[in-house]
Amino acid sequence: MKVLLRNPRREVDIDGRRSVNSLLAELDLPRESHLVIRNGTLVPGDAELSADDVVEIRPVISGGC
Amino acid sequence: MVAVGSKCRVCKGPAIIDLPRHNAHFCADHFLELCRRQVAKAIEKYDMIHPDDKVLVAVSGGKDSLAVWDLLIDLGYKADGLYIGLGIGEYSEVSGQYARAFAAERGLRLIEVSLRDDYGYDIPTASRATRRVPCSACGTSKRHLFDKAALDGGYTVLVTGHNLDDEAAVLFGNTLRWDVEYLSRQLPVLPARSGFPKKVKPLVRLTEREMAAWCIVRGIDYLVDECPMAAGNKHLAYKATLNAIEQESPGSKASFYLNFLDNMAPLLAGRSASATDALGTCTSCGAPTTSDLCAFCRTAAKARAHEPVPVELVLSKGRRRR
Repeated sequence: MKVLLRNPRREVDIDGRRSVNSLLAELDLPRESHLVIRNGTLVPGDAELSADDVVEIRPVISGGC
Repeated sequence: MVAVGSKCRVCKGPAIIDLPRHNAHFCADHFLELCRRQVAKAIEKYDMIHPDDKVLVAVSGGKDSLAVWDLLIDLGYKADGLYIGLGIGEYSEVSGQYARAFAAERGLRLIEVSLRDDYGYDIPTASRATRRVPCSACGTSKRHLFDKAALDGGYTVLVTGHNLDDEAAVLFGNTLRWDVEYLSRQLPVLPARSGFPKKVKPLVRLTEREMAAWCIVRGIDYLVDECPMAAGNKHLAYKATLNAIEQESPGSKASFYLNFLDNMAPLLAGRSASATDALGTCTSCGAPTTSDLCAFCRTAAKARAHEPVPVELVLSKGRRRR
């Protein structure tokens, strides 16, 4: 599957099916500070991602105070 | 193939988000309902906004400020927006585009102020001229211009998009230093007083993950990229620390901050009274200050006297330091 990562913007290819939580763990990205969008729709941590999905992992942390 | 996923706690329909702090999943409609309820609860509990208030929302083009503006309109309040162009290179140009597009698509009024055009400086230059971190010059400039725009425009309430993560991170920093003065002022509502508008934070019961989700579900385009000048600041480090705790113990951020408001803030009430009573008036702009010139006028004077500094130059210096 194609996975879009942000800050900095980049794309990686991941082989095989896996859950959202597994993908985040594999990429060492904390669940609390990221959302996952599959084919344009938000999905929860236990959603299964397929090889033909387009996935965006969006960070949610802002640094301003 | 559609996998059988988790169900919404309310309607048992397909969930779009898991919220470990509520030990629940929600579908899009019931997630939005939860957000509306949390904002309405904050507004009521802390007496933030009344129906007859004239409301100004400080808007950056990021998720939190656009979400709070959207939520207030959705809840039936009338609110204008205020965007401040900070002159942080392409980041500021793009953030302004998001703020303008949001307002235009909804027929909302957006007031714009440009630091460079209206005050003769920008944040990278101010950071270099004052020899302080960019977030310091930025905060000083924004706070002053928020107050000024609200008072000049006759607004009775100034709204900011500070969320639960923002407030918990500031509380964490203040607690690490046991800074009683700052702790006593860390409230979701600051009442109006001479030279200051009433300031409120309706998102204090919602996390930034929830606010990003609100924007995605509502179809709000916002600037996802992080401010290039914020990278490596303490605020981000505190947030990462709190999120590591949250991951192990969901609900920790909410109990840390909201229980502070319930249990600790009342004990600290009045501790900052001496500082506010001693405020005088800035000899240049008339804003409240503890010295002859307010912090904004001191920053602006130094920055205007300095040759403009491109954001890339400040960033490269910051990277070398780290």
